[in-house]
Amino acid sequence: MATSGKSETARPAAAHHEGGSRRDFIFLAGGAVGAFAVGAAVWPLIDSLNPAADTLAEATTEVDLNPIKEGQAVTVKWRGSPVFIRHRSKAVAEKAQSVPLADLRDPETDEQRFGAWPREQWLVVVGVCTHLGCIPLGQNPSDNRGEYGGWFCPCHGSQFDTSGRIRKGPAPTNLPVPPYTITKDNKLIIGQEQEKKPTA
Amino acid sequence: MSTPAAHGQSQNRTVKWINDRLPIFTFADHFQDYPAPRNLNYWWNFGSLAGLVLMIMIATGIVLAMHYTPNSELAFDSVERIMRDVNYGWLLRYVHMNGASMFFIVVYIHIFRGFYFGSYKSPREVLWWLGVVILLLMMATAFMGYVLPWGQMSFWGAKVITNLFSAIPLVGTTITEWLWGGFTVGNPTLNRFFSLHYLLPFVILGVVVLHIWALHTVKSNNPLGVEMKGPQDSIPFHPYYTVKDYFGVGVFLLVFAAIVFFFPNFLGEPDNYIPADPLKTPPHIVPEWYFLPYYAILRSFTQDWWFFQIVFSWWGVSAKLAGVLAMFASILVLFVLPWLDTSKVRSGRFRPMFKWAILVFLLDCLLLGYLGAKPAAEPWVSISQWATLYYFVHFLVILPILSRIETPKPLPHSIAEAVLKGGGGAAAGATAKPMEKA
Ligand code: HEM
Ligand code: FES
Repeated sequence: MATSGKSETARPAAAHHEGGSRRDFIFLAGGAVGAFAVGAAVWPLIDSLNPAADTLAEATTEVDLNPIKEGQAVTVKWRGSPVFIRHRSKAVAEKAQSVPLADLRDPETDEQRFGAWPREQWLVVVGVCTHLGCIPLGQNPSDNRGEYGGWFCPCHGSQFDTSGRIRKGPAPTNLPVPPYTITKDNKLIIGQEQEKKPTA
Repeated sequence: MSTPAAHGQSQNRTVKWINDRLPIFTFADHFQDYPAPRNLNYWWNFGSLAGLVLMIMIATGIVLAMHYTPNSELAFDSVERIMRDVNYGWLLRYVHMNGASMFFIVVYIHIFRGFYFGSYKSPREVLWWLGVVILLLMMATAFMGYVLPWGQMSFWGAKVITNLFSAIPLVGTTITEWLWGGFTVGNPTLNRFFSLHYLLPFVILGVVVLHIWALHTVKSNNPLGVEMKGPQDSIPFHPYYTVKDYFGVGVFLLVFAAIVFFFPNFLGEPDNYIPADPLKTPPHIVPEWYFLPYYAILRSFTQDWWFFQIVFSWWGVSAKLAGVLAMFASILVLFVLPWLDTSKVRSGRFRPMFKWAILVFLLDCLLLGYLGAKPAAEPWVSISQWATLYYFVHFLVILPILSRIETPKPLPHSIAEAVLKGGGGAAAGATAKPMEKA
């Protein structure tokens, strides 16, 4: 507001400039209110693009774990994306647990991901490569599982281990573990958080 | 040259009545009076061809949209119905599908014309910027159009490209879910892409108008890169270049028709005739050919690449984010090109070193395109890394240095001098020979 400073010295123009500075204020206030109004009016347009209520409502998927034998892998759909379930043997789980954190790009222990025995025998991860979203191979026995025995992403060659952790290739982070609950009668509810402690 | 007012003073009273209220006839006369350099060669045909393809895309697109259903359950079948049952549906779709490819071929040639003849230099920077904006809009439009048939490539292309935004730190996931309207690419995504695919071509049309407005303000560059200095250097756009453009249109349509009628799926991917399956990624995802060079740049950033480790990894940028940044930078760098190439000489004809640099750069772009279609394995990864480096070195190192160390050949004093000395009074045909002497 250089003009108001000047008005103090330049007498004859003072009245005019005083009006000017009042006008400046009204301009600024009007501009601010206008900007807020535009923002408020545009926000519904922008927010309408976010996931709608019905999309959010499809948030859980239930799977009966009883028929899945040790060593078997099953893929289910949760919120439109595949979730990989593997029934790990104790040996496989222990191998995943014994990997030193220093070897990992996105350090996370197997226990932090899946909890302790017997919960750990169920590996549950979102089967979407954290690089650019392809579905890694490894759920079929005939698939290429990569060097670490987990999954191999055909798009740009990311490799995941038997805990779903990134070991090689461009993906920055591990396959995420979705929130899930395992009930007493061995039912898996994906989309519902449970404390990661033994189920039995 | 007659003044626009003289044309506005038409004999016809109705014409005059309208023109006095909306000077649309004066505006139309502008094309007749518009002076163009007398020496434009065939590389100057591609702008009008791009305009033609835009018109073809809008016409076929509007009719396709009357038969197409933007719903993830119905989209694939509605496109198959267009192909099998709708009268001339196959023709509309094949023209639209291959039209996108033709659009990019034409525009890429148009851009390389600009590179070689220095058309981005003062006073044409804004004209050039508008062109880059059009390129970006075209890419967005074509990307979203390709999603509409909802085949496997549509779906997985959309997934991989929208996932690029997940590389943004902190807000990545929020942004991708906002883009998708869900937790992955799905029906809400298809719906909004259809809406935008309908909208963007009209935005392009608007920017094309600005592009031509800027062109008519600064006038065309020409193969000599010497500005027009007076009437002896120019000829009226109409009829000289309208006729020449018309001839180009004929040749272009022959090529276009040959593709549409004899090889309509040559440029496409067979996997896109498999309906989208969100649970199964095709073994080999490739974007449309016109995106391959950028895709190669994106993929060249791996965690173990020395360049990535030296330049990016120490400030905590992941290889994924670096690849995304490089891919966008590969186009955004065009915005600053006028200030990277500081040589005062526009045309490559008078720049003995630049001429080679631009040729090697063209080969590099073609190599990147070839690599973009290869699987992400050796030796392709290493080669893409070098090709990516060269892409940026060309703009950021070679051009600025060349501009300083190169001694250009002497320029002709005027277009007319160069053209007429060659012994040809004919406007365009005579340019080739005198240039070698110049
Ligand atoms: C800048 C101009 C345009 C470009 C580059 C473009 C590009 C594309 C591409 C690449 C496809 C996929 C073709 C396929 O694989 O089947 C497509 C499909 C489609 N486009 Fe466009 N398009 C443009 C303008 C338009 C306009 C203006 C409309 C409507 C007003 C439109 C409506 C459609 C429809 C309905 C489809 C789906 C049917 C189909 O797949 O053939 N397009 N577009
Ligand atoms: S999407 Fe899996 S490696 Fe790129």
